[in-house]
Amino acid sequence: MTGSTLIDMSPNLTLVVATGALFIAGVYLLLERSLTRVLIGFILISNGVNLLFLIASGRAGGPPLIGEAEPAEMSDPLPQALILTAIVITLALTAFVLAMAYRSWQLHGHDEVQDDLEDRRIVRLAAKNSPSFTDLDADEVTESIDEQAAEARDETQRSDS
Amino acid sequence: MSEFTWLVPLPVVMPLFAAGLALALYRHPKAQRVTSVVALTLMVAAGVGLLFLADGGPVVVDVGGWAAPVGIDLVADRLSALMLTVSSTVMLCVLLYSLGQGISDGDEAAPVSIYHPTFLVLAAGVSNAFLAGDLFNLYVGFEILLAASYVLLTLGGTGERIRAGSIYVVVALLSSVLFLMAIALVYAATGTVNLAQLGQRLPEIDPAVQLVLQLLLLLAFGIKAAIFPLSAWLPDSYPTAPAPVTAVFAGLLTKVGVYAILRTQTLLFTDGRLDTVLMCLALATMVVGILGAVAQNDIKRLLSFTLVSHIGYMIFGISLATQAGLGASIFYVAHHITVQTTLFLVVGLVERRGGSTSLDRLGGLAKIAPGLAVLFFIPAMNLAGIPPMSGFLGKVGLLEAGIAVGTPLAYTVVVGSVVTSLLTLYAIVKAWNKAFWQTPPEDVPPATLPMTMVAPTAALVALGLLITVVSGPLYAYTDRAASTLMDSSSYIDAVLGTDGRGQGESTDVSDEEDSGPEVEQDGVTEGAAR
Repeated sequence: MTGSTLIDMSPNLTLVVATGALFIAGVYLLLERSLTRVLIGFILISNGVNLLFLIASGRAGGPPLIGEAEPAEMSDPLPQALILTAIVITLALTAFVLAMAYRSWQLHGHDEVQDDLEDRRIVRLAAKNSPSFTDLDADEVTESIDEQAAEARDETQRSDS
Repeated sequence: MSEFTWLVPLPVVMPLFAAGLALALYRHPKAQRVTSVVALTLMVAAGVGLLFLADGGPVVVDVGGWAAPVGIDLVADRLSALMLTVSSTVMLCVLLYSLGQGISDGDEAAPVSIYHPTFLVLAAGVSNAFLAGDLFNLYVGFEILLAASYVLLTLGGTGERIRAGSIYVVVALLSSVLFLMAIALVYAATGTVNLAQLGQRLPEIDPAVQLVLQLLLLLAFGIKAAIFPLSAWLPDSYPTAPAPVTAVFAGLLTKVGVYAILRTQTLLFTDGRLDTVLMCLALATMVVGILGAVAQNDIKRLLSFTLVSHIGYMIFGISLATQAGLGASIFYVAHHITVQTTLFLVVGLVERRGGSTSLDRLGGLAKIAPGLAVLFFIPAMNLAGIPPMSGFLGKVGLLEAGIAVGTPLAYTVVVGSVVTSLLTLYAIVKAWNKAFWQTPPEDVPPATLPMTMVAPTAALVALGLLITVVSGPLYAYTDRAASTLMDSSSYIDAVLGTDGRGQGESTDVSDEEDSGPEVEQDGVTEGAAR
């Protein structure tokens, strides 16, 4: 392969800017609490990634079908196949997350991603500096050590008397 | 070797086909059950077949007869075959357990008609990820198993599961997008997504670009494998699912991430520039994970934290980047899949018998259900690494490999892993004392454990012990698997052959050399090499 057949790989500026914009908006939305907004963020980022694949495929060319264009003029078909697969997967997952958001709205009247209750409970216990669980033997420290020792010596005292 | 290559796609095709069949049979629960059990049994058989077949060298199938770097290929080397066998066996046991649960509960707790197809799709996704010889096919495998896992985790759509599910789904979506982004950048940099060809081309590109690609892939896989700073989603989401679902997630899903790290670290990024970072992360994962487990009061959450913690051991083995380290790591993965799944199944039984998973409300189970106590005790001690069980053997292997490397950091991680092991024992013994030895509460529900659920659990406990018994040959096998991983040229040669092409017969191979895509791919490599 000589240098003259090298394909122009400099990326298309419009695509790069569009990808950047999609990523920025997507990340912002992903950080929201509402599941619907998170979903829109995910869709935006996914489309940004699809554009990234288009950038990776290099300069646009003719359709990659034998007889439609000269082989050297064809655009790279592989990224297009990958984008197609990614779009299908994104579609399916979008449908699932929408169903989940709807179910959450049915149950709670909102679609917010909630905190974990157990985490909150442990944080509260840590703030109070109390043990993470109560032992059965934890309540019995009311009597003093002297009293416990007296009980322990019960048998010898009895043998003395 | 060549006459048995038809075995390779079977673990992916069979469960997918059976999933379709099971979905079509949704009105006939009995036929559905038979379909799933038969499909998974055949999958185990195919896995065992591949285990022996792959011992003679990587077995490659060019799907649809398209030659390798352009077409898609499935590769079964020793590592894939071992992962496939262990995971399909575990999945079969979990399926039998859930069947037992469904039969004894009268199928009311969950919509079982969707459970079977989804479970089979999960199996297909796991197999596809293990067999993928192509970065994008690996992504598709991940998506198949993740989509199935979303459905399984939110099964029934109760409030608690939707809450846990939304965290899980959002985190998984993010990691998938990161993975896809990494694939796009890899393609832009090298012009291929075939793993074998990447193994040849990636070392030729600019080291800085390599580092970016490696970091992106590690980030994506690290979320899936639950490595420390990326692990917070796991203990929140797993415990809410039904017991069999949690068991299969805990056993398999994180291990697929570990597998992906193992594959990319050994095949694509052989210069080991991030090994130090990985080793630090391994230490952090171990220690932070187990400290979380010690603080927990719910036995399911406690086990989820030990799961995170023990991922650290596998990452430690990978980060050593020696044959001994990788071999021990693979052995540890096989051991951990079995033992972690078993423990979650046993906890399912504990919840059934004791009526709770909270250690405050459980008690006296050793007296009430001595058989259950034995079923819990054996895998629990195995997890903690009490000799002579397989957990101990795996840990010894890792420690020896760490000491053989001998850097100060490796010694630190060795010490850290011993401490983690002791803390695991502490956490497990705490659970044991609370749930099994403490004075039983007054109101123990009069539940009985159906044999249909106990038998698969006992089978898994036995499998865990079997791994201990056959640990000699198994360890030799994982060591051989590690040696194939260390020598990436055997993988590349098996896929691409001596002429840079797979065995598939693309009719216009000679024409293709000069056509569009090929021109570009070669051009990119030349451009990058300059």
